[in-house]
Amino acid sequence: MAKGKIEVNSERCKGCELCVSVCPEQILRLSETFNRQGQRYAECFAPERCTACLSCANICPDSAIKVWRYVKV
Amino acid sequence: MSNTVLMKGNEALAEAALIAGCRHYFAYPITPQNEIPAYMAKRMPELGGVFIQAESEIASINMVYGAAAAGARTMTSSSSPGVSLKQEGISYLAGAELPAVVVNMMRGGPGLGNIAGSQADYFQSTKGGGHGDYRNIVLAPATVQELADLTVLAFDLADQYRMVAMIVGDGFLGQMSEALVLPEPSGKSFDKSSWALTGPAGRKSHIVMSLRLKPDEALEEVNLRLQAKYREITAKEVRYETYLADDAEILLVGFGTASRICRAVVNTLRQEGIKAGLFRPITLWPFPSQALEETAKGKKKILDVELNAGQMLEDIRLTLGKEADIDLYAKMGGLVPDVDEIAERVRHYEN
Amino acid sequence: MRTEDIKEMKLVYDRPAALVDRPTHYCPGCGHGIVHKLLCQLIDELGIREQTILVAPVGCSVLAYFYIDVDGCEAAHGRAPAVATGLKRVHNDKVVISYQGDGDLLAIGTAETVHAANRGEKISVIFINNAIYGMTGGQMAPTSLVDQKTKTTPYGRKPEDVGQPIRACELINTLEAPVFIERCAVNNVKNVLKTKRAIKKALENQISGKGYSFVEILSMCPTGWGILPPAAAEWVEEAMIPYYPLGNFRDR
Repeated sequence: MAKGKIEVNSERCKGCELCVSVCPEQILRLSETFNRQGQRYAECFAPERCTACLSCANICPDSAIKVWRYVKV
Repeated sequence: MSNTVLMKGNEALAEAALIAGCRHYFAYPITPQNEIPAYMAKRMPELGGVFIQAESEIASINMVYGAAAAGARTMTSSSSPGVSLKQEGISYLAGAELPAVVVNMMRGGPGLGNIAGSQADYFQSTKGGGHGDYRNIVLAPATVQELADLTVLAFDLADQYRMVAMIVGDGFLGQMSEALVLPEPSGKSFDKSSWALTGPAGRKSHIVMSLRLKPDEALEEVNLRLQAKYREITAKEVRYETYLADDAEILLVGFGTASRICRAVVNTLRQEGIKAGLFRPITLWPFPSQALEETAKGKKKILDVELNAGQMLEDIRLTLGKEADIDLYAKMGGLVPDVDEIAERVRHYEN
Repeated sequence: MRTEDIKEMKLVYDRPAALVDRPTHYCPGCGHGIVHKLLCQLIDELGIREQTILVAPVGCSVLAYFYIDVDGCEAAHGRAPAVATGLKRVHNDKVVISYQGDGDLLAIGTAETVHAANRGEKISVIFINNAIYGMTGGQMAPTSLVDQKTKTTPYGRKPEDVGQPIRACELINTLEAPVFIERCAVNNVKNVLKTKRAIKKALENQISGKGYSFVEILSMCPTGWGILPPAAAEWVEEAMIPYYPLGNFRDR
């Protein structure tokens, strides 16, 4: 089960795929659709496997990724 | 048609320098002339010449100074902020009477400005941007063909008169591609054996210098000699062009890219029955004062069109005097004026 | 975790407040974006926004002051350390950062770089080394590698003609005054986190008035190198790091 989730600002993402390359779970890829810049953007295709490791957010040059961690109570 | 090619301005200029026999080129990257060092990086090794990307514009003008002192045909290119850096070196070249070609593909200023073309370095080029009493020969091409032709000429003038010949283009000219016939070498050669530094084998030592401490009159002597040289150049090396100026009532004056727009303005106005003409300086120094004075005789109005705040304007005023009716169309900040904006200005004169 | 177990979602990573919320002109995968983000995170964490002045270079990051929300000062190409000196000598209590690329710091600005370091100006110098001149279209930099093809080394960089690449940290390390010299990279997450720690040290040294700090950051330039960003990150690892070893050179 997911330990957290990410949100990609699809308009800010430049499709550099650095996040795709660093994700340890390899659950990121570029979208099939385009943003208003004509750019495919990063998306998580298996959110249930997100570990909220912050790798994608850390490497993103455009600060386009927010990360939430789930807190079990 | 063997030598007709389609080339980008910057590259045509570089090829022309090679045609003129330049085998020593030193420069630093700066937009909008980067195609020149890139072209030289590719071609110089093919010709056994030297290209160095120097650490700065100051270093590159001093490399030019060294190569010139060694007797070589040498060139550097840059754009406005980089040419500002070169001013000390240019003054040294003038004082030591060394030949060199310096290219300025002008961009918007002052300061870091922008990377679009402009004509805002007219003062810097013609009034001596560096210290001391000196002049550079300043050539202002208006087409890619002229960029090439005037480059070949620049090397000859620099060698003949032992001074800096500047090519002042702008970002638009450097970036545009036009058809041109590559120029032939001029065939002129200049004997540098009386002064060049080649190692004093079998001759007394040559010294390249501009420092003249003693006797007290030494520096004055040099300056008198330089001034005499500049008077000779003023008498012999003026270049300009006129277009439909003979029967014109309104005379536009413009150089470089501005002159291309003026040509279109003249054509537009002539179709409306307004007698407009164009005077185009090709040498900005020596400024074609006499020719301008003659061409302007009897004209109702002069319109100076410049891509700056009005710099050549001062030379026009100096030439034509207080009585002349001179208007200025100034476009600053690297913008390109519309033909119709300028034509509209002239239409209002008629009222 | 079952859905019913999730009581709370904690936002653990967001854009820093000091990073202006606007798209940047940097290329996809450019290292500048990463470093700007780290610098802004630290400005937030150390609470120094109101006392920070950033000197921008001429290069791709010429508009850095539009992205980092502190007082910003343009400098002529290569002169940032001198400009920073002027600023810091007037405002000794402010955090003055000189942010530069490889042409700015090691070509035209070599004299200014060496002398600000030698005087021990209490500034923080952030040096982005991407082995190329990005903004002007991809010419050789003083840090371009041997055999590297650039616009002005179309046949590859030949050391017998234009010399070997210059190692900035090692150069600065010959001087007495600097208190902190470190080389890092932003090509993978581990290195990004180390880079943040190094920049933090450089800023803290200034806040405590300790002295001059120098942080060199190996960075990707996918456009200049002509390869995609993940491949560019690999090139940093495989080609740059062997020549420019990461690590701390001085930490007084």
